[in-house]
Amino acid sequence: MSLTYEEVVAKYEPVLGLEVHVELNTNSKMFCGCSTIFGAEPNTQTCPVCLALPGALPTVNERAIESTIKIGLALNCSIAPFSRFARKNYFYPDMPKNFQISQYDEPICVNGYVDVEIETDEGPKVFRIEVERVHMEEDTGKSLHVGGATGRIHGAEYSLLDYNRAGIPLVEIVTKIVPGTGKYAPEVAKAYVAELRDILRSLGVSDVKMEQGSLRCDANVSLRLIGSDVLGTRSETKNVNSLRSVERAIRGEMIRHAERLNSGERVKQETRHFQEDTGLTRSGRSKEQAEDYRYFPEPDLVPVAPDAAWIEQLRAALPERPSIHRKRLQEQWAVPDKEMSAMINADVLDVVEATVALGADPAKARSWWLGEISRIANERDVAIKDLSISATDVAEIVALVNAGELTDKLARQVVEGVIAGEGRPSAIIAARGIKVVNDDSALMAAIERACAGQPETAQKVRDGHLPAAGALIGMVMKDTKGQADAAKVRALLLAHLGQSEG
Amino acid sequence: MIRNSASEMASKLASGEVTSVALTQAHLDQISAVDKDVHAFLHVDTEGALSQAAAVDAKRKSGEKLSRLAGVPLALKDVMTQKGIPTTCGSKILEGWRPPYDSTVVTNLKKNGIVILGKTNMDEFAMGSSTENSAYGPTHNPWDLTRIPGGSGGGSAAALAAFEAPLAIGTDTGGSIRQPAAVTGTVGVKPTYGGVSRYGLVAFSSSLDQAGPCARTVLDAALLHEAIAGYDPKDSTSINAPVPAVVVAAKAGNVKGMKIGVVKELNGDGYQKGVRTRFEESLELLAAAGAEIVEVSAPNFEYALAAYYLIAPSECSSNLARFDAMRYGLRVGDNDGASAESVMNLTREVGFGREVKRRIILGTYALSSGYYDAYYGSAQKVRTLITQDFNKAFEKADVLVSPTCPTTAFKIGEKTNDPLAMYLNDIATIPVNMAGIGGMSLPSGVAGEDGLPVGFQIMSPVMKDDRMYSVGASLEAALLSKWGAPLLSTIPALAGSK
Repeated sequence: MSLTYEEVVAKYEPVLGLEVHVELNTNSKMFCGCSTIFGAEPNTQTCPVCLALPGALPTVNERAIESTIKIGLALNCSIAPFSRFARKNYFYPDMPKNFQISQYDEPICVNGYVDVEIETDEGPKVFRIEVERVHMEEDTGKSLHVGGATGRIHGAEYSLLDYNRAGIPLVEIVTKIVPGTGKYAPEVAKAYVAELRDILRSLGVSDVKMEQGSLRCDANVSLRLIGSDVLGTRSETKNVNSLRSVERAIRGEMIRHAERLNSGERVKQETRHFQEDTGLTRSGRSKEQAEDYRYFPEPDLVPVAPDAAWIEQLRAALPERPSIHRKRLQEQWAVPDKEMSAMINADVLDVVEATVALGADPAKARSWWLGEISRIANERDVAIKDLSISATDVAEIVALVNAGELTDKLARQVVEGVIAGEGRPSAIIAARGIKVVNDDSALMAAIERACAGQPETAQKVRDGHLPAAGALIGMVMKDTKGQADAAKVRALLLAHLGQSEG
Repeated sequence: MIRNSASEMASKLASGEVTSVALTQAHLDQISAVDKDVHAFLHVDTEGALSQAAAVDAKRKSGEKLSRLAGVPLALKDVMTQKGIPTTCGSKILEGWRPPYDSTVVTNLKKNGIVILGKTNMDEFAMGSSTENSAYGPTHNPWDLTRIPGGSGGGSAAALAAFEAPLAIGTDTGGSIRQPAAVTGTVGVKPTYGGVSRYGLVAFSSSLDQAGPCARTVLDAALLHEAIAGYDPKDSTSINAPVPAVVVAAKAGNVKGMKIGVVKELNGDGYQKGVRTRFEESLELLAAAGAEIVEVSAPNFEYALAAYYLIAPSECSSNLARFDAMRYGLRVGDNDGASAESVMNLTREVGFGREVKRRIILGTYALSSGYYDAYYGSAQKVRTLITQDFNKAFEKADVLVSPTCPTTAFKIGEKTNDPLAMYLNDIATIPVNMAGIGGMSLPSGVAGEDGLPVGFQIMSPVMKDDRMYSVGASLEAALLSKWGAPLLSTIPALAGSK
């Protein structure tokens, strides 16, 4: 019995719960001095501590605590004057100690919120997502199960273990239950994760790359009949690795739950794994029998008791909230909503801002990043930010165009040169011998040569048939190797032939 | 030569009367002669010890300034990592493992030029009071080879009593330094928790474990204490403060004007007659030396043993989870098609002994959801109450004293089937670990009824470890002048002993 989304939300109210794991971008691991660089040879970034050799002890990375407090403050949380690490005990080969150092009943940040604004049928509406806690923990190693049908440990022929990731600092941000979003639940969730990502990026505490796993979202979804105040059974969808997937996963789970409920079946409490290709989830571990993690305070670490003055210092140094920042930019630049969204979606807002800060006109800066540069990125199928062109380059190019030293066409050549790695714009201009032909006498000579070369065309123009001028302008441009300003050529040519723009 | 104290050996080394190589060789010879009967050592690093000794001799020859104990040999409890040297913790599960790193204690020993002879036997993962729980067979008490040398650090204590080493390192979670010292007639000190780094000490119960010095005299213990103690950034629970002036205190041995509190609850019923007699005699000697003896009460000590047997197993159930055959040590059942889970299970089944399994099961249960508050939670409350009892007692007295153990050394095999009777051995030592304070055991003579050594325990407040050395040195001097010779000079000679 297949249901449409509209049928689902007409009958049921979704209740969400979101758990976001963020890998911090500290140089060293949470409890030892090992490097955290992504993509190193397996098991090269390990030591007695993160391999859990007998006798080794953890020590806390102060920088990770600072980052976590910043996150808590940015999410409007209270910072606990005294919090503790706890051991979460369970056996798994990629967890060297067979317990994870985490926080349990005494997390470092509690009771915050994030406001997100989304477009509804009644116009823009703000939803408040309440944050229950933000806590610190360590990541596990990675297992690669080889052979067997499922790619899971059961049935595998053998498993490979890489402990480079073991002990990377993780922050877990857990919301309270989120009711009242109705049919907008998937969009609210997506907006929340996007807002979190922006906040984390503005704090500079994480790379927040969902595709590399430095930001991971688990989405809890349950349904209840509209009007009911009893919570339904939830499923917990893992492996949601993009903003779009957050939306798709929740929408998909809402439909799946509703179909089960409508046909009189029970929703199982379990983890589900999101499948990027189908947009569906597949059943994972059952959570009907709650796992007993035997949490207890980590005796190897002293409690975390951050100094109140230090917290206030961190609070005072917080950057402007990204959503507020965006609104301010939009007003300053007088950009329509659509253009603003285009910049956000293309992930160029910050480089545009940087380009403007270097003196470029906002409209010009935007048009370079969203236009030519974005086109090249698409062509090469890479992210705009992975191209080797900076805000400084673009600002310089804009300034050269404004000064009349480059035409738009020449500027595009310079952009290509920068992206091709030929150097800074000034170096490319010098190396390629690019210069605007502004010398009227040189241009006039070229115009005269063109008219002499095509006397019939020149006559047509003299007779008032202006479209014919194009061929002559083309010749002039060719003659000047494209370095002339086409508009100027046109003006001079028309004047030369006794015409003016109609 | 091997019967000298460590400080006497140090003086002879400094004066050039003896070389470290000769001294080390003499101890290695003694080990060869007697350890087949005593079984104090699990591993003797002959080559390594002699080369460390030669290095110290060379430095001394070149006129380099050396630390006081440079060149003196030492026995290391097999629970401490030493780079490249087998470290088993008395367990099959670590058989063949050679750590790639030095514990901080070993780093400090090496820095001081102390020569490490080898690794000493112990109850598996330091769980036990007799060294009978070692997977490699029991250690025998040099006073009577049919008796236990205490535990878990029976190997370290027996090595001292058998003159196989003048110094040793022990670790003390509930009495594993002090009880073996008591039953072998040696000196053992558990410093304040956090006084000596735990980095490289294979954890039994993290919040209770503490490494400390074992020796034949109070001054020797103080010299070793000073060499291994101090703040270590690698141990988050390490105390960032100067090491108490233990050597100064041990040299002065002055108790004039000190108030010594006798803990009412740690005496009387359940304590062997000879133990009580020796204890009373020591109190009289301390009073005669100018101390004021007062009585203090610690009503919550009654619950210490019960609380200890919840906290220590809980922590150990988690600490020992890492022994899973994945990265080091024993691996059992790794045949074609065996799952990681079955290899883990089989390895732990085969690799751990009965007592270790008993405590893992106990701790797993105590931490379980639904039982946590009643067991682990209540035990932590008792711990707080015990600390409060100590705080109150230390308002009345500078140090507290008691017999170290209720009895002298029992026979090997006598209590192996009665874990509760075994646990009761530590009734007087456990409160010290629960509160994280310092504790020392030194010999107070032998019990009249069995001629076996009796220990006298001194307890001092957090980071006031110097006080127990003052009292210990004073009592040691008084007993020495009473006996005319050290207690260990009366130990029966071992077959083949030098």
